[in-house]
This record gives sequence, C-alpha cells and structure tokens, in this order.
Amino acid sequence: MKPVEAGVGLRPVVEVAEMSVKFAGEPPVIALDRVSLDITEGEFISLIGPSGCGKTTLLRVIADLEQATSGGVMVNGMSSHDARLARAYGYVFQAPALFPWRTVLANVTLPLEVQGMPREHARETARVQLERVGLKGFEGRYPWQLSGGMQQRVSIARALGFEPKLLMMDEPFGALDEITRDRLNEQLLRLWERERRTVIFVTHSIPEAVFLSSRIVVMSPRPGRIVEIIESRLPADRTLDIRETPQFIDIAHRVRVALHDAHD
Amino acid sequence: MTSAAASRTLPVLTVLGALLVVWYAAAAWLNAPQVIERQLSDRPGWSFTELLPLTWAMERPVLPAPQQIALDMWRSTVDWPLDSPRSLLFHTAVTAASTLVGFVMGTLLGLALSVLIVHSRTLDRSLFPWIIASQTVPVLAIAPIVIVALGSMGLTGVFPKSVIAMYLCFFPVTVAMVKGLRSPGVMELELMHTYAASAGHTFWKLRVPASLPFLFPSLRVGIAAALVGAIVAELPTGAQAGLGARLLTGSYYGNTVQIWSALVMSALLGLALTGAVAWAERWLTPGGRK
Repeated sequence: MKPVEAGVGLRPVVEVAEMSVKFAGEPPVIALDRVSLDITEGEFISLIGPSGCGKTTLLRVIADLEQATSGGVMVNGMSSHDARLARAYGYVFQAPALFPWRTVLANVTLPLEVQGMPREHARETARVQLERVGLKGFEGRYPWQLSGGMQQRVSIARALGFEPKLLMMDEPFGALDEITRDRLNEQLLRLWERERRTVIFVTHSIPEAVFLSSRIVVMSPRPGRIVEIIESRLPADRTLDIRETPQFIDIAHRVRVALHDAHD
Repeated sequence: MTSAAASRTLPVLTVLGALLVVWYAAAAWLNAPQVIERQLSDRPGWSFTELLPLTWAMERPVLPAPQQIALDMWRSTVDWPLDSPRSLLFHTAVTAASTLVGFVMGTLLGLALSVLIVHSRTLDRSLFPWIIASQTVPVLAIAPIVIVALGSMGLTGVFPKSVIAMYLCFFPVTVAMVKGLRSPGVMELELMHTYAASAGHTFWKLRVPASLPFLFPSLRVGIAAALVGAIVAELPTGAQAGLGARLLTGSYYGNTVQIWSALVMSALLGLALTGAVAWAERWLTPGGRK
C-alpha cells in the first residue's frame, strides 16, 4: 500500500478561525491573537516557538482544556466541547501522568474503562497498544518500575487505546534525554506512517519538529501569533540519518529563520 | 532467626531492657519510704539488700514493679472465666468492642464528611470550622454529658461509648481524606477531563485511589483515638465494665497493681488494633508504591 501523501485533499480535522485567548490579569495577557489554522486528516503538524508563544494554549483550546475568548474552533466539524465529549482525540501531556496505583496494563485500560468497554476487550486492546510502543512484557509492572522514556510510551499507548483519529501531544519528550528522545521520535514516526492518524505535536526543538512533521507551524510570543507555516516533504521512510542531508538542513534553517524573525 | 529480623528485634529489646532497669530503679525509689515506715520500722539496722526486694513486692505500691504487673495480668486473665467481671480479658473485650464500633462509625462519618467537603465549596467553608471546634472541647468534659443524655434516651451499653470513640476518631479521618481526595494534580484531573469522564468516574478511578495513602495513616491515628475515647467513656458510667472501669475501681481501692495492669492491657490493645490497621493497609494497597 502506498502511503498517503500528507496534507493532500482530505477532510479537515481541525479548523481554527480568527481565534484569540486572553487570560485575565493586570494587564490581561493575550496568549493567542487571531490565530487561524486548518489541519487535514493524516497530517503531522508541529507547533513550534519560544516559551510564551501560546503553542500549548492553542493545543489546549483544541482539546477543550482551555476556552477561546473569541473566534472559533471546530474539531471533526463539531465544537471542541462536543468533540471532547465524543472522545474524538487522545492527549499526551508533558509528563506521563500515570496512576501509580495501577499497573502499566491497567493504566492503558483506564480510558477504555471510562468509555465502558468490557473488561476483557479493554485488556486485549491495551495489550496490543503496549506491544505497538514496544512494551510487551511490561504489562504487570508499576509505573515507578519503568524509566522516564518507558513511562511516556505507556502514556502514548494509553492515548491511542480508543483509536482516536486525532492525537495531540504537548512536548511529550521534553523531559527526556536526547538519546531516548531520538529513539522515541523514530518510533512515533513509524507509528504515524503505519496508521496515519492526524497528529498535533507541540515542541520547542527544531530537529524534532522537522524530523517528524509534514507541516511546521512557527509561532511568535506576546501576543501569540502564527508567523509562518513551513511544508516539509521528506521521504516517508526516513530515519534519523536524514538529519545529515541538505534537504533536512534546509528546512531546519527555514524554521530557524522564521523563529528568529518572529523574535525581532 | 534471620539477620534482618535480628536487626529489627535487637533495638526493641535494648529499649525494653533499658526501660525495665529504669522502672525497677524508680519503683525502689518511690516505694522505699513506705517500706521503711511500715515494714522496717521495727527492725533497726536493716540493710539495703533487705529493702530492695521489699520495694518490689508491696501490696499497694506507689509504683508496682514490672513482675507484679505481669503476675496480676496473668492471674486476672487465667484464673477467671472469660465472662467474669474479674477477668481482665472480659474488660478488654468490652473496651475493644466499643472501640471497634466507634472506629467504624467514626471512619464512616469522617469519609462522608470529607466527600461532602471536597465536593461542595459551601460545605467546605461551613463545616470545617465546626469540625475543628469539636476537637477543641475536652473529651473528658463532653463524655459524661453524652453518656447521660443517651442514657436518658434508653441507650446504654456499647453504643454511648462508641459515640465518644467516634467523636475522637472521625477528626483525623476527615482531615486526612479531605487532603487525600484533593491530592490528584491538575494534570491527572485534565486527563480524566479529556476522556470526558463523569464525576463518578473521576471520583472512583482517580480521587479514591489517590487518597488511600492518606487514609491508612489516619486510620491508625483514628483507632488509637477511638480507644482513648472508649476508655474515657467508661469512666462516668459508674464503672461497670471495660478497661476504663478497671482503672476507676483500681483507683477507688488504691489498687495500683490493677491500675497498671489495665494500663498495660490498653497499651497492648492499642498496639494490636493499630497493627491490624497496618496489616489491612498492606493488603489493600497494591503495587508497593514508592
């Protein structure tokens, strides 16, 4: 099967139109200022920018964890609130946020239990998801018995358990060492190639964004705005070696320039 | 005996040994004046070696020696049938019963209050000051009132004593559970939010399990407090039964050995009860969390 070309002519998953977020305070903080962004099915979108540029806020508004002050957000043609109630997305936080009293397997079944999936079915699904992130054999362990990278993989398996079409990740590898991070980046890319879920990925690492994404959304702080959207058409079956190629370096350079311009 | 067990028992035995030495010395010191006055006054020229054993064998000593207490405990448990009011075990069972009933009632009350407080800001503001005020009233003052009031309603026996035990027990449980149910962080709560989890799911799958590490230590405090409450509640009832009654009759008749054996028994009962809670904790907390 030929992989679907990213971002081409499929139905929109996320539509953000002229959306602003203002946080109360003296003076009020404009976290996002009239941001517009359309994301189509199967894209891997990275939101990149310095801290305070509102990239996490944008993700949280799409996930209905934060409310837009003005403008609209649609997810799968629904309001973000309805989309959340319809369990349209999986969300991976900066920290694994695993429940220490649950085994690895029970952590992954958690969202399935909430959905009311029968127990045996949930356990079977969780086993499959854990195998996909390379954690077969660790089902019976407790989170504190795992390394940070393994914990974050459990949280990804947990987010994928109910097969959401949309996966949102808020700097999921930010707290990990570079070697672990590289390996997880590669695994995440393989996962995306295989299943072509739509991914929105927040990061402040340029190499990570370029390596993973089909489109890179560069944002600027105070107030948070989108300054540039950079398309990336690296070969689908890329490995980490691609970071040495001129093509990769060129895209990374464009991202860096956009970030730099945004700062002036 | 394994070396691990030895390394745990050795310190305990050392402390026990030191305690016994101090105890015997204190008994000799405190009882000596009475022994000299009553037993040695007609025997001039008595020596220290004559005095010492006498101070550890008085009938009504100021401070009984450990072996006197041990002997009294042994006799009062073995020599009498279990349903005799002269059996120490009978009194222990009476106190244990009101302690356990009070503990269960206090724990349930504490759990209920904490759930109400965590889920309602209004109740948080209106209930908490009263709960704290309730604990500033000395239990010695409130116990007779409650016993008499409940007695006039025809409630006697275990229940009124359990009410006093509950009164002391619910407080640590409430405070700890409020903290425990509120212990999940923003991220855990948002995680449940992204699952569109109902309030019930968030409560049972997140708040309750997260509160267990707070619950069990409070239960250990609670059951000890319930024991104190049960014993205090036995004092104003006219000393019918229970370790409190045993303490009271002992002090009526100046029977210090009986007082001390009741005290030691209540300490042992307290140890057994808190040990049972600790055992339950190990059974009910999975994963041996960090």
